[in-house]
Amino acid sequence: MIELKFNIEGGDFDSAGTASSETKKKLQQLNVDSKVIKRTVVALYEGEVNIAAHAYRGVVTVKVSDHQILAILKDEGPGIADISRAMMVGFSTASPKVREMGFGAGMGLPNMKKNADDLQIESTPGVGTTVTMSFVF
Amino acid sequence: MVKGVIHHAIQIDEAKCIGCIHCMRVCPTEAVRIREGKAMIIQERCIDCGQCMRACPAKAFYIKQNDLKMLQDYKYRIALFPAVMIGQFPDKISEEQIYRAMIDLGFTHLMEVEQPIRILIDLTKEFLQENQTSKPCISAFCPAVVRLIQIKYPSLIDSIIPIKAPHDLAAHFILQSLMNEGAKKEEIGIFYITPCAAKISAVKSPVGDEPSVVSGIISMSDFYGKVRQAIKWEEAGDTQTQRKNLTREGILWSTSRGESSGFGNRAIAIDGIHSVVKFLDRLEKDEVKGFDFLEMRACDQSCSGGILMTGNRFTTTERLEQRSKKYVTYKEKELPDKLDKSALAQHLVIDEIAPHNAFRLDDDISKAMEKMSKAQRIICFLPGIDCGACGAPNCQALAEDMVQGQAKMSDCIFLQQRWQNEGKIGVEKAFLNLEKKWGEGRFNADCNKRGRRNEGF
Repeated sequence: MIELKFNIEGGDFDSAGTASSETKKKLQQLNVDSKVIKRTVVALYEGEVNIAAHAYRGVVTVKVSDHQILAILKDEGPGIADISRAMMVGFSTASPKVREMGFGAGMGLPNMKKNADDLQIESTPGVGTTVTMSFVF
Repeated sequence: MVKGVIHHAIQIDEAKCIGCIHCMRVCPTEAVRIREGKAMIIQERCIDCGQCMRACPAKAFYIKQNDLKMLQDYKYRIALFPAVMIGQFPDKISEEQIYRAMIDLGFTHLMEVEQPIRILIDLTKEFLQENQTSKPCISAFCPAVVRLIQIKYPSLIDSIIPIKAPHDLAAHFILQSLMNEGAKKEEIGIFYITPCAAKISAVKSPVGDEPSVVSGIISMSDFYGKVRQAIKWEEAGDTQTQRKNLTREGILWSTSRGESSGFGNRAIAIDGIHSVVKFLDRLEKDEVKGFDFLEMRACDQSCSGGILMTGNRFTTTERLEQRSKKYVTYKEKELPDKLDKSALAQHLVIDEIAPHNAFRLDDDISKAMEKMSKAQRIICFLPGIDCGACGAPNCQALAEDMVQGQAKMSDCIFLQQRWQNEGKIGVEKAFLNLEKKWGEGRFNADCNKRGRRNEGF
């Protein structure tokens, strides 16, 4: 099993994207199907942006085994009060500043769910959120 | 290692290669290694962008081309060339003089490849109209970009517009026109004068299935010299008819924004291979949204900056801009009546662009994972300086080469130094290893070495 770990700071949109870029390189070296790679990096990138946009800091862990990719995005942040609302297309709590940067259209979580084979969210308001996604091949 | 037959135009002259690392440093796909003191290209990874050729201080890279003598074999001898060819001449040499000199070199027909550009514009517009799903669409104009997507961004293959480039169009256009006038196919010799190496590979081994109709390839840098020498200063004849289909858009097509300015509501033009790589990275993550059309070219300033171009890329572009003002837009230019446009369109379809992952550590995922873990352990011992003295572009690449059995721990000069310090290896043995890597006598004092005689980098 291959394990990759990345730290993301809240508000650091410059570095959001590193985890997905590096993961893509590794998955390609492992000769994972390009369609699976595509789904993984799209979902992972959304997750990174979520952490940069909403949380104080977070850790992305990617575990690759010979039949699946597991991505765990754990952040310290405000948490999500109503997960089912957060999963709705178009719903966003992003600040106007974040929206000005082109983010916060309310597509993040729904898009992650669309691309992952499985997505689980655990969140404690005031503490943080953990999103776990798996991609099977 | 090579899977499928991909023709690569770029060659290395071992006699000229001085075994430095300039080429290895600039390669966007980490395709260059230095082995036994000479540069070598990992064919599978090469996209023919020509960065290595540009960076080489010893001019050790060259391209395979055909001899002009081949012209004798044909009754109709066509020079196919992109408009940038004209742009690189100094202002004092007129378009007319350039055309005349090319005819004096033995060609019967001169065909700037962008002449029938209208067909390509119409086909592309039609495609963009019909295809709303895989946007942004990427132009297949630059063969180096297409190859890059094939080997590094296979998930973006579906975004490539499956329509061939102007040189394919022009080749079929002139072929059809001449055959309409009664010429036989075997009497027609089409010679493509290329501004870069990627176009050669595209002609020799096209992405799709159809074999090329081009009979020979001529390097523009060599050809430019021949044309300059053949320029006459007395009153030149009239060669206007040779460029009767040329339009403003055609002349600017191979310069930056030449394509993107005409397509879609929102289009981006990117030039320079490293910028293209960065943008494709973003594209693959869906980080870039809302665009219709992407023009991507491997060379800075697009084809004006082609590796086989002699003229300065900025002045070349400027001359083409000035020149284009003298021509009408394609909308005001009718193509010849007899032309069978649908037959031409057929020839422009790219059937299939196959993915080819050139970065896999192994075909088998378990083995690939083993190799990756091993490489990660090796990395712990490497200095992370990315100096290139091992013959690989960086420490990571060296570790990967090692797990593939292509390199050894002792290739790292810092590791060797540490081993000497720890008494694990003798001084003599360490030096022998270096000589083995870089060539015997490579480290002897030599006043003819590069840099000694007023030839700093």
